[in-house]
Amino acid sequence: MASKITEQQVEHVAELAKLEFKDEELTKFTTQLGSIIDMFEDLTNVDTDGVEPMTSASDRENVMREDKAVKSSKEETDALLNNAPDTDDGYIKVPAIIDESEDGE
Amino acid sequence: MDFYQTDLSQLHADLKNKKISATELTKETFDHIKENEEQVKAFITLNEDAAMKKAAEIDQQGINDDQLTAGIPLAVKDNILTKGLKTTAASKMLENFNPVYDATVVEKLNNNGFINVGKTNLDEFAMGSSTENSAFFTTHNPWDLTRVPGGSSGGSAAAVAAGDVLGALGTDTGGSIRMPASFNGIVGMKPTYGRVSRWGIIAFGSSFDQVGWLTRTVKDNALLTQMISGSDEHDMTSSTKEVPNWAAQLNDDTNVKGLRIAVPKEYFEGINDDVQAVIKSALDHLESLGAIVDEVSLPHTKYGVPAYYILASSEASSNLQRYDGIRYGFRAKDVKNIEDVYVRSRTEGFGEEVKRRIMLGTFSLSAGFYDAYFNKAAKVRRLIAQDFDDVFKDHDVILGATGASTAFKIGAEIDDPQTMYMNDVLTVPVNMAGLPAMSVPAGFSSKNGMPVGLQIIGKPFDEQTIYNTAYVFEQTTDVHKKAPKLGGQN
Amino acid sequence: MNFETTIGLEVHVELKTNSKIYSPSPVEYGDQPNRNTNVIDWGYPGVLPTLNKGVVRDGIMAGLALHAQIARHMHFDRKNYFYPDNPKAYQITQSETPIAHDGWIEIEVDGKKKKIGIAEMHIEEDAGKNTHTSKYSYVDLNRQGTPLIEIVSKPDIASPEEAVAYLEALRQRIQFTGISDVKMEEGSMRVDTNISIRPVGSDKFGTKTEMKNINSFNYVRKALEFEQKRHQNVLLSGGHIAQETRRYDEATGETISMRTKEGSDDYRYFPEPDIPDLNVDQKWIDEIESEMPEMPGERRAHYVKDLGLTDYDAMVLTQTKEMSDFFEEAVKDGGDPKRVANYLMNDVNSYLNDKQVDLPDTKLTPVNLAGMVKLIEDGTISSKMAKKVFKGILDGEEPSAYAKEHGLVQLSDPAQLQPIVDDVLANNEQSIEDFKNGKDRAVGYLMGQIMKQTRGKANPQVVTKLLMKSLNAK
Repeated sequence: MASKITEQQVEHVAELAKLEFKDEELTKFTTQLGSIIDMFEDLTNVDTDGVEPMTSASDRENVMREDKAVKSSKEETDALLNNAPDTDDGYIKVPAIIDESEDGE
Repeated sequence: MDFYQTDLSQLHADLKNKKISATELTKETFDHIKENEEQVKAFITLNEDAAMKKAAEIDQQGINDDQLTAGIPLAVKDNILTKGLKTTAASKMLENFNPVYDATVVEKLNNNGFINVGKTNLDEFAMGSSTENSAFFTTHNPWDLTRVPGGSSGGSAAAVAAGDVLGALGTDTGGSIRMPASFNGIVGMKPTYGRVSRWGIIAFGSSFDQVGWLTRTVKDNALLTQMISGSDEHDMTSSTKEVPNWAAQLNDDTNVKGLRIAVPKEYFEGINDDVQAVIKSALDHLESLGAIVDEVSLPHTKYGVPAYYILASSEASSNLQRYDGIRYGFRAKDVKNIEDVYVRSRTEGFGEEVKRRIMLGTFSLSAGFYDAYFNKAAKVRRLIAQDFDDVFKDHDVILGATGASTAFKIGAEIDDPQTMYMNDVLTVPVNMAGLPAMSVPAGFSSKNGMPVGLQIIGKPFDEQTIYNTAYVFEQTTDVHKKAPKLGGQN
Repeated sequence: MNFETTIGLEVHVELKTNSKIYSPSPVEYGDQPNRNTNVIDWGYPGVLPTLNKGVVRDGIMAGLALHAQIARHMHFDRKNYFYPDNPKAYQITQSETPIAHDGWIEIEVDGKKKKIGIAEMHIEEDAGKNTHTSKYSYVDLNRQGTPLIEIVSKPDIASPEEAVAYLEALRQRIQFTGISDVKMEEGSMRVDTNISIRPVGSDKFGTKTEMKNINSFNYVRKALEFEQKRHQNVLLSGGHIAQETRRYDEATGETISMRTKEGSDDYRYFPEPDIPDLNVDQKWIDEIESEMPEMPGERRAHYVKDLGLTDYDAMVLTQTKEMSDFFEEAVKDGGDPKRVANYLMNDVNSYLNDKQVDLPDTKLTPVNLAGMVKLIEDGTISSKMAKKVFKGILDGEEPSAYAKEHGLVQLSDPAQLQPIVDDVLANNEQSIEDFKNGKDRAVGYLMGQIMKQTRGKANPQVVTKLLMKSLNAK
């Protein structure tokens, strides 16, 4: 396991997380994250061969809802639009998306 | 109103018999809160007008026998959504956020007629153990105003400890109910994962988060927890298991004779001496009442903190992506394009600790690191849960300290996140396994007079044995009778 | 140098459920922006998904229709990326445990049959929609959460023709299950492609390029043909293919490289903690299988073997489930299969093309088409009359009542027709002479006269019989 995270790595992760760090902040964060990640490395001492990952503590399985539609009232959708920083004619308005290539699927 | 002299059942009776009206009670509560608030700073938002209006309604309608909380002032942690009452998660991101729906727990309490006095302070998005990560202010520990109240439900714990309310709702992802309960000398219960609906709780670590109560007494806690428990069609992870009437079993006959108590030796490693002394004498006390105390081992305990911080931060990094400045909440000024909206809103809207967790989580999930971090931690999580299973094969409860220390001084650890994280070593394994656990006041530090909490961990959905144990301890000691004197020596 | 082509296709199919996959908002189009949304669709703080059982059912049915293995144990995963139409900034999908895997469908190109493998299928949520202007984007979340099935082919497709044949077969099979409209033009079927070429015999795949959201089968073929040629030209001139996403420009017929950001596609998948695992038992799979309509292949075999249609007729009738269901219903109502088939393939189809509508949008019913065909069969109406009756049944009229009302009934009674025949013969002695002299044309002339007298209503078969008998008796 590679130890110590570099400033470039921190910048890359920040980009994924849509965060930005100024120069000194970046240095401080890199040091802090590095020491926490060092602590994470303790886990390499645990033998986990053949252990199934556990990603939930729920006692439920096969939980499904019947396919019935419930339409929100106009008041309810208006309240949602009222909470948005900027709207126009029922749409949520945002500054232009420049990079078209990342269109979601 | 001095809530130290009464409890939920008594107040309910007083309200029903018109010994006091809901309006009087609510008014007195706000008077008391305002008196304390300048020093304690437990609340982000006070809900006085609506609370007084609701109290008047209750007085007019009268109170049914089954409406235990009708007319009773209680507080709500500010990461639990309350329709029409702003809910901030102590973040600039949601500073003016107006929820359009109630959390299921709030809806249940509303149906039962409770008076919501206000929203309590917390570490931003419940990330922290001191409330110092609140974007607005730090709450002070009523036992010693220079100390932290613990976190993240620090505002709720301080409000209860200061006698503002009988109970306050908290949330617990890695110890956020139990730690502040311990630091404030009160009762804090994290129910089994799935016992209480998470609908309307601002998500932090979805596979860890649970709602619960911070209260003065064990019985109040049992009554209030029963009220918010049960399956919810909005939360697919909420359990359909029947919710028992836990309080019904808490009476003079309750005892710990033959109770098989496991004490993990790992729960004494790196624990301050003053805390160890209190816990040891608490164990001796229970043993003297007929409990069987065994030393056991939970070998993966020390891996709990790293595994927890990887997994909870990973889930948090994803859960907090929705705060993007587009549909609600904070949007940075003078943004020119969408990338600006994202980066500037998030960079300006989140505090340092939240960013740190987002970074840790994003890193742990990112290409090339997933197997070494997220997946490895998820495997360790399984081992931690298995450790508990093994011990519970022939024990009823697991006991130890809640925190390694008593409440620390404000500012003492804020620049050292790693040390701060290590505070959670005794609480996070419980969330990893989804178990129920409580912190109950065990005594006071010989070093600084601050409260020490005893953690009682139970089998999944066996809150009853935890309540029984805590109740016996409470009823056979004087610990819970001591109240903090604000600003004075304790 | 000779190259071989490898094409992979990812098809997204929108399901026609009542509600969204993780929220109870309706799946509906044409409403005001953001009207079909709720707090879940907006990714509000504190919300949680609830899984729609109908989507899991449809996913299993699609898997069965494509001969795939249904996952017995599955969970959901989060795919993390920021985009304004993606409110949670993650999409709940299935990456580790797709609902179905290892399926296939059969295609036919130039008379050769071939099986194309399906690697996996998963159920997931659609995003909202952005409308762009130069300064602002406008977000409508009505589509957010609409259930999708993503179907990923194995790299078995070797030419643009095969790609289109695969898409047609896929569309047809899904359409027959009834879980989706599968219309490219309405976005309920969307196609992403990838293509690579390699020298024949090479054991390594070439570098692939991707194209997303091509919006017709025809453009898929053209885009792939262009890319195939472009790859060849690049390789033959010593260049190398860059792994990238390209866009097909319909106007120029060319593909264009799209600017992509380095490393921006780290989706950080991890298991969705808000949705408990699913365990699908055989009983449910059997139940869904029993509810599944017969697939086009089985139907075609039945039409040829039991109903005497030609392969071609059977193929045309099974183009859509609506047409095929209509045909079967009309045959069940007593219509002669061949005649019903001919009407559907000719008159009905040209009517639909003319009006630009689908069969279910018309007032035509199987029982009325069958009724009209029966009237033709038993001689009640002539095929000329049938043309008028057909107009009636397109308007929802009952055929025999309509025929009667409009006097569209043939004279078939010999007792009524014989006097007319006699009358015409009496007035056309010259024609009788001509007939006797072997001039067959005279018969036609006499027939015409009889038809004229009956204003076209005489049953030609009956008239011919009576006329010949009378002529031979002269």
